[in-house]
Amino acid sequence: MRDYASLLWLQLRTSLALAMQYRADFVTDGLIEIFWTVTAIVPLFVVYGQRPTVAGWSFGEALMVTGFFTLLQAVLEGAINPGMALVVEQIRKGTFDFVLLKPKDAQFLVSTARVLPWRAANVLTAGALFAYGFSRLGRGPSAADVAGAALLFLAATIILYSLWMLSVSLAFYVVKIDNLTFLFGAVFDAARWPASVFRGLLHVLFTFVVPLAVMTTFPAKALLGQASAREALGAAAAAVATFALSRAVWKRAIGRYTSASS
Amino acid sequence: MSLRASVRAVPTMLRIGVSEALAYRAEMLVWIVSTTMPLIMLALWHAVARTAPIGRFGGDQLVAYFLSMFVVRQLTGSWVVWLMNMEVRDGTLALRLLRPVHPLLAYATSSLAELPVRGLLALPLAIAALGVFAGGQLTRDPLLWAAWAAAIAGAWLITLAANFAIGCLALFIESSNKVMDAWLALYFVLSGYIVPVELFPHRLRAAIDWLPFRYQLGLPVELMTGAHDHAEALVLLERQWAMVAIMFGVVAFVWRRGVRRFAAYGG
Repeated sequence: MRDYASLLWLQLRTSLALAMQYRADFVTDGLIEIFWTVTAIVPLFVVYGQRPTVAGWSFGEALMVTGFFTLLQAVLEGAINPGMALVVEQIRKGTFDFVLLKPKDAQFLVSTARVLPWRAANVLTAGALFAYGFSRLGRGPSAADVAGAALLFLAATIILYSLWMLSVSLAFYVVKIDNLTFLFGAVFDAARWPASVFRGLLHVLFTFVVPLAVMTTFPAKALLGQASAREALGAAAAAVATFALSRAVWKRAIGRYTSASS
Repeated sequence: MSLRASVRAVPTMLRIGVSEALAYRAEMLVWIVSTTMPLIMLALWHAVARTAPIGRFGGDQLVAYFLSMFVVRQLTGSWVVWLMNMEVRDGTLALRLLRPVHPLLAYATSSLAELPVRGLLALPLAIAALGVFAGGQLTRDPLLWAAWAAAIAGAWLITLAANFAIGCLALFIESSNKVMDAWLALYFVLSGYIVPVELFPHRLRAAIDWLPFRYQLGLPVELMTGAHDHAEALVLLERQWAMVAIMFGVVAFVWRRGVRRFAAYGG
């Protein structure tokens, strides 16, 4: 276990050192991420320009959901996606052999292999959204709510990571995977809105198939002090279940790896 | 090559383009599913309109608007900028420059050829849904449908020109994909794709009138859902086609400047 902790530290340090070489990327990558997020918030303003509440959510409350969405997107772009993109490339080129040869767990190695901090610039936007949301609500969160929201956000991150891992495992079966990440991005975009907006089929889809509700709406409710024990348990169960599933699929998938180079 | 010979080559180039698009039909399907944003926005706006209509939009009008938006997006798409960036970087643009047909015409035909394949995959379902859920909301005026056809053509040409212009930027800077990302962000928000343009505040709408985005998606959708009378439709169409002319002017300028700098590294 201590091995893995020091290995994680080492991987992060190398990644950061690498990223520091490309500081100018902050301007292109970071600013474009922020620009995207800011334009994507425009509909929120237009919607709440029409109505004080939508599906039971006031403007300030909905900003919390968007805040968590933005934060999750920053984690995805900065920490999850870069490593995954690397695996897909390695599978295609056959250099994934070198990862498998190492005496440590392959999933751990690929997941921690690359971090692009500049892409995570949206952490700043998320912070601004939370601050603006609470100023609209005219109050601040309690310490307990922040702690609860942090835990639920951790569960959300695990779910996101596991879903991503699942799609990467597909790369062992169908080599061209980059489109699939676009597809996931398109679905994930719906997590920007409070889950109660969706009804019927979409509601079922976004709760049980792709648990978007768990990923952004639950942490937002916790931060607002409205979370229930049922939701917290549901989030924990979803995190454990998706992680176990992705781990099992990954194990099966690397069994099928045939090394493109040889 | 003379203009006449180029024109005669177009049908063959289109046929090649269609076969290419068919070869990647699975990939195409993924791309189509990734353009389902209007359906998400429909769910959202529907939730907003649950208590009372927003402007002229009640529940049914919203269904018609966003399903039409999905259809129009399929009919007017172009993604040639990614291809141009790739070909500039790896030097294969050199091969296109050697051919007797103008490279931009070749890009345009391959881009156009994708549309029927996409359409075949996406449109039957979307049009059926439109007919069942929102048939009554679409205009029955044949003149407006004629205007719609012109608007679709104009919309595609503007999208193509934007792809060309930004693609040509790759001749000046290493990669213009980021520029395209920024353009797309504005396009999604200001074109009516996620928010009907009418719902924006007045001052922003005045700005949108002078930007190309609305003419890429919003205008055809507005025409088919009967948002404009004849006179308004004509004014908007004129503006759209003026925009087409301006955009292609920009393309001609950037292409001429850029292609001189092209060094075909790696070609």
